[in-house]
Amino acid sequence: MPEKQPDSELEKEQEAGVEPDEARAESRLLNIGVSPHIRDSSTTAGIMGWVIVALLPITAYGIYMGGVSAAIVVAMSILGAVATEAVIQRLRHEPVTVNDLSAVLTGLLLGLTLPPELPFWMPLLGGIVAIALGKQVFGGLGHNIFNPALVGRAVLFVSYSKYMTTSYLFSPKAPVFASQSIKSINAITTATPLAAQGLVRKDELTVAASRYYGPLLVGNPWGCIGEVSAVLILVGLAILLYKGLVDWRIPVCYVGTVVVLSWILGMDPLFAALAGGLLFGACFMATDYVTNPMTAWGKVIFAVGCGIVTTVLRFYSNLPEGVMFAILLMNGFTPLIDRYVKPVPYGVRAMRRAQAAAEAEQAGEAA
Amino acid sequence: MGWADNLKRSLLVKGGVHPPASKLAAGVKISDGPKPKRVLIPLSQHVGAACEPLVEKGDRVLLGQKIGDSDSYISAPVHSSVSGEVTSIQRFPHPSGRDVLTVEISSDGEDAPAPGLGPAPDPLSMEPGEIRRRVREGGIVGLGGAVFPTHVKLSPPSDRPIEAVIVNGAECEPFLTGDYRLMLERGQDIIHGARIIRRAVGAERIIIAIEQTGPKAIAAMREAVPDDGIEVFILPGIYPQGAEKTLVKTVLGREVPSGGLPMDVGAIVDNVGTCAAISELFLTGMPLTRRIVTVAGDGVAGRANLEVRIGTVVREVIDFCGGLSGDPGKVILGGPMMGLAQYTMDVPVTKATGGILVFKKGSVFCEEPGHFSCIRCGRCVRRCPMNLRPYLLGSYSDAGMWDHLEDLYINDCMECGSCAYICPTKNPLVQLIKVGKEGFNRRKRKMEALAEKASEEAEEKENAGKTA
Repeated sequence: MPEKQPDSELEKEQEAGVEPDEARAESRLLNIGVSPHIRDSSTTAGIMGWVIVALLPITAYGIYMGGVSAAIVVAMSILGAVATEAVIQRLRHEPVTVNDLSAVLTGLLLGLTLPPELPFWMPLLGGIVAIALGKQVFGGLGHNIFNPALVGRAVLFVSYSKYMTTSYLFSPKAPVFASQSIKSINAITTATPLAAQGLVRKDELTVAASRYYGPLLVGNPWGCIGEVSAVLILVGLAILLYKGLVDWRIPVCYVGTVVVLSWILGMDPLFAALAGGLLFGACFMATDYVTNPMTAWGKVIFAVGCGIVTTVLRFYSNLPEGVMFAILLMNGFTPLIDRYVKPVPYGVRAMRRAQAAAEAEQAGEAA
Repeated sequence: MGWADNLKRSLLVKGGVHPPASKLAAGVKISDGPKPKRVLIPLSQHVGAACEPLVEKGDRVLLGQKIGDSDSYISAPVHSSVSGEVTSIQRFPHPSGRDVLTVEISSDGEDAPAPGLGPAPDPLSMEPGEIRRRVREGGIVGLGGAVFPTHVKLSPPSDRPIEAVIVNGAECEPFLTGDYRLMLERGQDIIHGARIIRRAVGAERIIIAIEQTGPKAIAAMREAVPDDGIEVFILPGIYPQGAEKTLVKTVLGREVPSGGLPMDVGAIVDNVGTCAAISELFLTGMPLTRRIVTVAGDGVAGRANLEVRIGTVVREVIDFCGGLSGDPGKVILGGPMMGLAQYTMDVPVTKATGGILVFKKGSVFCEEPGHFSCIRCGRCVRRCPMNLRPYLLGSYSDAGMWDHLEDLYINDCMECGSCAYICPTKNPLVQLIKVGKEGFNRRKRKMEALAEKASEEAEEKENAGKTA
């Protein structure tokens, strides 16, 4: 039986002639938020957290290979990124959202794309620049055009290129920088006598390149911290794909384009895929939500564009490696791609067909 | 059903989400709802024009008596669900959130039926026009939630031949089980109603579409189906399969044109509840005065599928099911994906009320963030069953940039809530899109009025020039 007596309530209402105040008072108790009233459990922090988890194997191995200095580089870039995010959000009188982990992820990504032996202030500066210039000047999370971690890296790269590449080349621990080895491969091709054509040249190249397969796959001693092992990068990618966090089209089309173009241009395709920052960039940098297109075909265009630019920079520029600038360049094209590559909504094709038919009919009648 | 059929179906289905089904009341038989001492019958319970009251304060009304009607084509009359005395006609809280003109009737408990209500002779050989007239007089509207007047659906223009009647038994909203129970218990009524509809529109096929998540309902309907052009179609268990346009695409493989109706592609879609109501109307003559309401949620003591008289106050239905348990956070009429949260429990059950869900504070999503914080993950674009771009609709609506919303086909959004459900930043996308629709349509009307005025002025000028 109902606890309340509907009769007495009814009578009161009838006497008053209007709906009872009680009804209005209840509005203070009941939430009237708009539908849907249930949401799935995903959160921004959850997504960022899983990307960080996907990066953990490669981070751990990178630090193991690079030693204490590598750990300092990663820690400093995370510190720089998180502190900058907090300070700027405080200055802008916004809620501080460092616990959504996006700044942590930016710092980690930056750290992993730096060589293991840098003065401690350099990754710190990189982290600051990544968040301040890469993200917050555009309005914070979701509003930036360029990948913040790559913005940080690019600034360090052009400001301290000696540290970022050459010093590293002479470091006793890491005798050859991965992208330099690409150059050396190129040198082999040019040095190969033109008389020895076709097979001979190809064989020689394959022999030279395949020497690097093993180290590149499992323990590359001359890359950046995050480039020490292609296998662990792919493990990270597998985690991201399993959790449905990235679109497979980007890494596949990016690496695929580079492989095909490099093969056409005469480089060992597998070497082209494994060397330098390509795998890391394709799996973790180009897949950044904010800075790549929203639609499936947009993503394909973006990734193929990244692949073309990377190959062009590798073969025809003074830069040792093209991944960073390729992704940054294509980031710039993302708004344009999103403007022109868009899904056709349900029923719009049918509507256009119907309109065309009606017009044709009208034209027929007029004739 | 082989894997090839499954593959074909899954290729036709675009987007959608998988909210937990939570069909708590699936095992509870349909039973009679409370016998209210007072009913509040709103004069607007459907899409289209509101009715004018046909009774006055103090009048005695009978069960099934028409108490409100309208001259508009897109409208349906309302009927008394009790016999008794009209105590007032005034504005009362309505599930839509507005106050709506409502006939308040105090019941005498006798349920004396109105005269002249009786079974129709042989509806399956009746003239289509007569079927439509009776359906309209019976106040039948779509009971799936959209409450579109059914007689309008049953009147396709002559250049739109109807090939198939799709009976919608998808019930993809979580928690709601009324249609499911109806299919288990009253399969014959549903099929009888569907045949009447088929007769009215001159279709050949009847396709009963049921989600694969309800195997018992599929079995029950298969058993009830005699072999005369009636088929059972199994839908994938994806929300929102029960939405009219999505359903037409999955079942027939055709897209309803943007801005059009299923009749444009030779289909008419009616909910199983609507079919059963039509069947009852023709078998007993009783107009739509009751509907099946699922009561569930952790904020209410019981769970039930009740046949509730329209106009019963929600609070009374909740009390009938054992009352509240704990502090209520949200009271939702309809399902959790598209239902309306109520500010009071003193609203009446209307023809649109498929469910009364009560959730405790803390067990339901209540907070909305203060700002639009998209991280461009693209899930809303992938999951939108209409293939729209909800993140753009949301951000343009948020910024008040109404003129950008046309190219995004904002009016094609059916507010199914898949985008907001899946959004990791918990953006209130449906809220923003509702605001955007309002702003966009207001602006469009204004621009059209301005254009008309301008062309009139130009004409006047021209005429003035001629006379001079």
